[in-house]
Amino acid sequence: MSRKFDTGVAPYFPPQSTVAGVMRQVLYALLPGIIVYTWFFGPGILVQILLAVIFALLFETLMLKARKQSLKPFLGDWSAVVTAVLFALCLPPLAPWWVALVGMLFAIVVAKHLYGGLGQNMFNPAMVGYVVVLISFPQVMALWSPPTSIASHSLAIGDVFSTVFTGKLPPGLTWDAVSEATPLDAIRTSLASGHMVSEARQSPVFGDFGGLGWEWIANMYALGGFWLLWRRIISWHVPVMMVGSVVALGLVAYLVDPGSNPVPLQHLFSGALVLGAFFIATDPVTGCTSTRGRLIFGVGVGIITLSIRRWGGYPDGVAFAVLLMNMAAPLIDRYTRPRIFGH
Amino acid sequence: MHIDHAEQARTAGEQLHHFHGGLRLRHNKKNSCETPLENAPLPSLFYVPLLQQYGKEAEVTVATGQKVLKGDAIGCFGHLGSGCVHAPSSGVVKALVRRPISHPSGSDGWCVVIEPDGLDQWKELEPLTDWIKADPALLRQKIRDSGIVGLGGAVFPTAYKADDASSRGIHTLILNGSECEPYISCDEMLMREQPDSIVLGARILQRAVGATRTVIAIEDQMGAVNHALKQAVENVGDKSIKIVKVTTIYPEGGEKQLIQVLTGLEVPAGGRPADLGLLCQNVATASAVAQAVVEGKPLVERIVTVTGNGIRKPRNLVARVGTPISDLVDQCGGYTNDVARLVLGGPMMGYSLNSDANPVIKAANCILALTELDIRQSQAEMPCIRCGECARVCPAVLLPQQLDWLIRNQQWDDAADCGLTDCIECGCCDMVCPSHIPLTSWFCFGKSELRSLAIERKQAETAKHRYEARDARLLRIKQERRQRMDEKKRAIKDKAEKQKKLAEAISRSRARQDRNE
Repeated sequence: MSRKFDTGVAPYFPPQSTVAGVMRQVLYALLPGIIVYTWFFGPGILVQILLAVIFALLFETLMLKARKQSLKPFLGDWSAVVTAVLFALCLPPLAPWWVALVGMLFAIVVAKHLYGGLGQNMFNPAMVGYVVVLISFPQVMALWSPPTSIASHSLAIGDVFSTVFTGKLPPGLTWDAVSEATPLDAIRTSLASGHMVSEARQSPVFGDFGGLGWEWIANMYALGGFWLLWRRIISWHVPVMMVGSVVALGLVAYLVDPGSNPVPLQHLFSGALVLGAFFIATDPVTGCTSTRGRLIFGVGVGIITLSIRRWGGYPDGVAFAVLLMNMAAPLIDRYTRPRIFGH
Repeated sequence: MHIDHAEQARTAGEQLHHFHGGLRLRHNKKNSCETPLENAPLPSLFYVPLLQQYGKEAEVTVATGQKVLKGDAIGCFGHLGSGCVHAPSSGVVKALVRRPISHPSGSDGWCVVIEPDGLDQWKELEPLTDWIKADPALLRQKIRDSGIVGLGGAVFPTAYKADDASSRGIHTLILNGSECEPYISCDEMLMREQPDSIVLGARILQRAVGATRTVIAIEDQMGAVNHALKQAVENVGDKSIKIVKVTTIYPEGGEKQLIQVLTGLEVPAGGRPADLGLLCQNVATASAVAQAVVEGKPLVERIVTVTGNGIRKPRNLVARVGTPISDLVDQCGGYTNDVARLVLGGPMMGYSLNSDANPVIKAANCILALTELDIRQSQAEMPCIRCGECARVCPAVLLPQQLDWLIRNQQWDDAADCGLTDCIECGCCDMVCPSHIPLTSWFCFGKSELRSLAIERKQAETAKHRYEARDARLLRIKQERRQRMDEKKRAIKDKAEKQKKLAEAISRSRARQDRNE
């Protein structure tokens, strides 16, 4: 007796990974950083993450409907959540709710879906959203809280919510009292007023290497990054080249002129450098795919970041650097194709 | 070829190298290796496909009702140095029918239906017992007449490959015993149980193609095999045969990858191993060569692994070509209740069959029955997120995601530039793709499009040449006609002038006469 069977194409093995799985692991890798962030700076960041995720999923749903795409696989792929969390991690913890709204509007609607949705976007959506709000609302985006350990006032979760939603601080508090320059800001303003970096570093916002609190958050981001490396979610090329070029060039600058350049470790442990190196510049969709391309991409992001920090109009430059290199990625990929076997 | 490369190729197997990418896969071979080899019984009817080697079908050479003996030629090929298909047992030719033939395309083909008489009587065999002194060309002829093809799965005629190799000068014969695909264990069982036959085949092939040494490559996880083969080599005391263990990484059993592992060299694109002075053959092919030459037996059977979670008692069987697959499954205890898919070949490069009534063919190294849990569920395909995993694992160093994009957008020339034809269809990229894009299927489609495009272009080119030739011919005819007309006109004109001159001369002379008178 013969028996009939359904047919299908090889390979006849269950798949090793899924897009949703990849995205979820990125989120897991961010957890230690988020926890330490909350520890040092209070619950504000959690509120920002919550808001951004809600707006991201809302816009994702609307755009999927508008583009007549099926909701289930795309809402379930976690990519919008990753975008939202990365975006939120760049916001001041007390930023008003509409910052996340505008940011996600540009990230999800413009940068992602208008370019064709998942996998088609040219620019990193989280960074597009961040840069839009950074340029549009410079004042709001400059209201950074100091670490709770050195802050004169710390806000409870209820106060954080009311501040975020009303834009008003609890009675008796002023923005001057709850905000503080970030370490990179401190260096920038101090240099601008003719001080040395060593003098600027006297400020309480600095820790052992970088900013107080920030350096531990960076450590945790790095921990998550190493986990992603180990899980093969990201490759070493971009983070190593980005961090390496910043440290190497930062060292040269420091040795040439220690007065106006911070020690390279300061660069590493402040701002978004480590987050950028492991989580943002490694975005596969908007980065380079070839090995050599990724090396160039990492160096490019590193150099541009350092240049903006040193000479640019913004204290940090990771977001701009990533977006600029996103533009160059297709060209780099074209010229760094590997040699095909036997050619 | 580069001089250094020539030297390097001569040291094949001395030092091991790496190839790009690849995957470490679950082996799943142990189950089918626990029971010794056993012959599959005679089926009630053989369905012997006439498509038994790379290329076209054989021309049938028997008639319905004719009695055949085991090993009689029943069909012969007209391409790739010819060769024949042989009767798998003695019996009567019942019919010539079109039916499914276990082909990857799933299409039907002509089969010779033979009813065995149960005697399994060989035709009169003509062994070349004195092969050590035989003319290499004669050995290759024997291989051709015995219908031997590459038994690794490609079923390319061995004699054709050997002829090409010997005409181009070969120094090293590589016997491929590294069956890297999971589940398949037919070569492992062969090497364990019949190592002498493989070593004998190696020596015969070495003489047939003029190689001076042989490297037998086996996987590092095949412990018993190494010992058995070493013993077999020692028994014959042949110093030119070397056994090399290679690391088990899929697809190191691919010809190009194995050569890279053994020599560190890449077979040039569009080229052959002979470009490096190498000839690669499967161990089972070598064993078939030994039987053909020393015993005079044509290739009518092969070892088939019948395995997978859908089979009750996985094992290896010696099955005659043309035996229905269902007979082999019955011998292995039948299917489990949750069997869901029947695959011919391995899980990475095999193809699924829609029925187990399909016959065993020379390419059938493995019958794999999988359950619902083993196979990929119908996963939603997501867009590519350019993660680059496919490029990391690609043994041909391609950028699969880029090729996929080019094929979907029908940019055929760019796809060819990006190495579409260099794809070896190993399926590594499919395995790692988080978006579950059927990349290899797209590449197979793209390759066939490239082939038809090439044919179309050639036809267009020919048509253009013909058109231009016709145009030129018409122009030439026209010009010639005009020339002839002109000549005729000139001739008429000349004649008229001549007559005119004549008339004038006559009138002048008349006038003179008149004056004189």
